[in-house]
Formats: sequence, structure tokens, C-alpha cells
Amino acid sequence: MLHEQTEITVDELRHLISDRALEGETMLLNMGPQHPSTHGVLRLLLELDGERIISCIPDIGFLHTGIEKNMEAKTYEKALVMTDRMDYLNNLGNNLCYVLAIEKLVDLDVPERAMFIRVILTELQRIASHLVFLATHALDLGAMSVFLYCFREREIILDIFELCSGARMMTSYFRPGGLWRDVPPGFEAAVRDFIQYLPARIQQYEDLLTNNPIYIDRTKMIGPISGEDALRWGLSGPALRAAGIAWDLRKSNPYSGYERFDFDIPTGANGDVYDRYIVRIEEMRESLRIIEQALDNLPEGPIRSDNRKFVPPPRAELSHSMEAVIHHFKLWTEGFSAPKAAVYVPVESPRGELGCYLEGDGGPKPYRVHFRTPSFAALQTLPLLSKDFLVADLVAIISSMDPVLGDADR
Amino acid sequence: MSVINAIELLQTNLGDKVLDVVTFRDQTSIELDKNVIVKACQLLRDQAEFNFLAAETAVDYWPEEPRFKIVYQLYSLPKKVFLGLHVMLSSDDLSIATIEEIYPNANWHEREIFDMFGIQFEGHSDLRRILMPHDWQGHPLRKDYPLGYEEVQFTFNFDEIERRKPYAKE
Repeated sequence: MLHEQTEITVDELRHLISDRALEGETMLLNMGPQHPSTHGVLRLLLELDGERIISCIPDIGFLHTGIEKNMEAKTYEKALVMTDRMDYLNNLGNNLCYVLAIEKLVDLDVPERAMFIRVILTELQRIASHLVFLATHALDLGAMSVFLYCFREREIILDIFELCSGARMMTSYFRPGGLWRDVPPGFEAAVRDFIQYLPARIQQYEDLLTNNPIYIDRTKMIGPISGEDALRWGLSGPALRAAGIAWDLRKSNPYSGYERFDFDIPTGANGDVYDRYIVRIEEMRESLRIIEQALDNLPEGPIRSDNRKFVPPPRAELSHSMEAVIHHFKLWTEGFSAPKAAVYVPVESPRGELGCYLEGDGGPKPYRVHFRTPSFAALQTLPLLSKDFLVADLVAIISSMDPVLGDADR
Repeated sequence: MSVINAIELLQTNLGDKVLDVVTFRDQTSIELDKNVIVKACQLLRDQAEFNFLAAETAVDYWPEEPRFKIVYQLYSLPKKVFLGLHVMLSSDDLSIATIEEIYPNANWHEREIFDMFGIQFEGHSDLRRILMPHDWQGHPLRKDYPLGYEEVQFTFNFDEIERRKPYAKE
């Protein structure tokens, strides 16, 4: 909407800064939104006493794209492509959260094979996301080589996604009732090669960082949070587990068949930057275990539900079945309808609990979609974590929370 | 099931302020009177181990009344179960008490609801817009807020729309 633009006044933020700032004793400094180590377009207003942070006021919304509003104007299936663009390091995980919510809302079954492939791909996505975390985190602390190695490995995962879905990042590969199409013949070999290859690489990252005295100095007891505080502030995922609370939705409230796989939940003790790094490294190893089990037990069979009220028929059926033509026409012109009810479906994204609140009104478009995103919760704790640390530590703290601004702003 | 204990806990303590219990696909949501939301959250956190506020959001039913629904999703780590709470708000009184005191992370969730739906949270420590610019007018997720399509220019209204368009003029 067009209107006169106004500047934000100090009065509006008065309750967030100390009295000393008004007297000029401390300094108010703007950081971001184009700062390379704020991981996207995060803006922070810092109140500094020398190098020490007195208060930190996060300002988000620079990447707000109105995804929730836009999804209300599309049919359930068309709205799926918007979820890819939310957390852009966890595209398949967002797809999964949204399709699970639809499947729950309309009570749609998913074939075994599709569930296994979903698990394999979301675990690969988790590794890819953690690799980007490790790359940018190390880069922020001055370790350039780790950045290059991690992106090299991530490329292999993106190639696997391209093999399956045709797209490296904006996959939209999971659909209500299953998958867009079956994985191609080279898929299993490509994934097996990768899980053979990665453990030695993870060891290499650990050799570079885990016992590195400079790295330890920069990360140990920096930005710690207790388990109790982490829960109160809504942290989940690696940031919560680093604080010693072993909560993982894949174990506690399994979805998509996770109860069938054997894996551990790595935890830390101090909830500091170092523990968050260790937890993510261990999670990559656990993800490899899950992928291996899923590949070994990958069942044959259909990859999409044959419930024709929700899933369009295969092209081949259109030439000889009138019923298939009708279903095809109905699903691609109008879409399927969902009951007037609401569901909340959480999944474990690489950053923590990603929840989808989906409400239907009996029609073919979602009445309300809300995503509870882990980055939103993580950014909220920045003032708490960064208090009394140095500006240089703040860079380590931000990267250790692994925020994705597309995820926080939606 | 542990959700039943939570429902009983609320019913014994709040009586007829518990308006409805909705169960859909194994998920339970309790409708409450808007005046007891803080007390209900406190009871659930202290006596029923619901120690995690997973999500808080709102739904607009315009033009129906009551117009808004505030949704809370609580989680209990010890019991491994989700529980929904919801409160209906009519459009002549768009305010509700904040639950920031019980779950501090409600702070940003409530700011987002304020930003997107224009609902006031009484006692909130920092109720400012969070996603939209601070001087934005309107609340985008309301159902009477347009999605923002461009107006089609015809010969009879071309100049009028041209004047309003946001791009730079020569």
C-alpha cells in the first residue's frame, strides 16, 4: 500500500536499550542486513560498550514474501511449490512437512516405497544443510578451507536431487500421497557411493576443527544456554540437543516411518557454540546410518497412492479409461477438497521443529497455512545468547544457531 | 491417554470456561474462554508438564463472527504429546492477554499475530511489527486484505491508475 514513509524513532525502541545509550556512554551500531556473517538478510541493532554487547535487537522481515498469504490463494497441490522457497536449505524437508499435513487433513495413505524414499532424501537434505552450516560457520571464524570442502560434498547431494526431481534446490518432489515419480535407475548407486565417501570427509572436517586450539578458543563457552532456558525460549533441534535435552521428533513422535530405523540422538552438555557444532557433526553420521538402513530395506512397489480422489491417474490410463479422464480433469481444474478442520504436523528439520498448521474449509484451497519455523525461534534467542559477549563472538553465535532467513521470514 | 488428564485438569479448575473439546485425527484442541488463557497455560505448564510452546498463530473467519481464532500448540516433552488450545475473538474486542510470562517465546509469535492480524496482546512487553515494515498500513493475513494484484489499465482509467503506480516517473 502506498503511503508516506516514516523513520523509526528511538522512542519506539527505548524499552530495549539501556539509559547509558541516551547519554552517549554506549554506542548503538547497526549490523546487517547486508553483512556477510548475518547469513542472509538479518539486521541487528547492537548496543555496545566498547566491544562488549549490552543488548542486541534482531530485526527480521527483510525476506518476507507472504508465503502464507499466497498459499491461501492456490489449491493444495499448487501451493506446494511455495514451501520449497521457504527454508532454502531444507527444500525437501519443507515439502515433507506440508504433504504430511495434507495427508493428515484428508486422511490419505502413502505407499511404503514412497515413505522410504522420502526418508532417504530428507536425510540427505539434512546432511546438505549441516554441510552449509559447517561451511559458513567455519568461514565466519576464518577457516576458509572447510568452506570449500563442505560445498564440494554438498554438490554431490544436489546432483542426487537433480537426478530424482530435475531440480537441484527447488525440488517439489514430494506430492500428496507419495512422490512426483519414482527414483531413476542410477539413484541407489549414487546414494551408496555418497555414503561410502562421506565418513572420511566428516573425519577430515573434524581433524581441521574439533581439536584446533584457535577454533576451541573461539567457540567453547561462547553463547551458552541451559536446557531449561532453551525449552522456555522454544529452541528445538541441534540447538536444544546441544543443551543436553535429547528431544528429536523423529524419535518422540515418529512420522514417515522413522520408527523403523535405528539411530541415536547426539547431545551436548553446555549448549555453547562448540556443542552445537559437535551435535551437528554427529547428526550427519546418524543420518548416514538411517540412509543406509533405508536403502537396504527399500521395498519395491508403487510410489504414489492410488486414491483417485486425491492423486491424478497416470498418463497411460487416460487413453482407455473414461473414469481416469474425469479424475484427471477434476484434479487439474478444481483440485481436491479437504474437510473443515485443522491439523498441526511437526517434523524434525535440520534446524529443529518445523510445524505446519493447516486448516481447510471444505473447499479446494487451504483456508489457513501457518509454518512454525525453527529459525524464527532461534533468532528470538539471540539477545539472550549474545549478552556480554564480544562482537566477534556474536558472529560465531549467529552462525551456530544456523538461521535461514527465508525460514524465519517466510 | 495423557491428553485426557490435561482436559480434566482444565475442566476441574476452569469449569464452564472450557467451552469445547475438538478431536480430529487423534489431535485434540480445547476451546477456552479468552479470559482464562493465561491461567490455562499456567496450569498446563505447572501441573500437566506441557513445557514447550510449539506454535501460536491466528485464523481469520471474516465476514463471520466471532471473527478471529487464536491457536496455541503446546507440547509436553515428558509425555511426548501435542495439545492444541484455541480462543475465539469477536471483531469488536480484538485483544487478548499475552502468555509471554509463561512461555517467553510467545513474544515473537504474538508480535507476528499483531503484525499480520492486528490483534492486541495486553501486557505484551514489546508489541511492534515484526515481519512487515514498521510503518506498514493494514494487516496482510486478514481475509479482507487483497492479495495485491496489479490493476488492469483500460483507456478510460489509464491515466488515473498511471498516476498511482509506485514506479518512478520520468
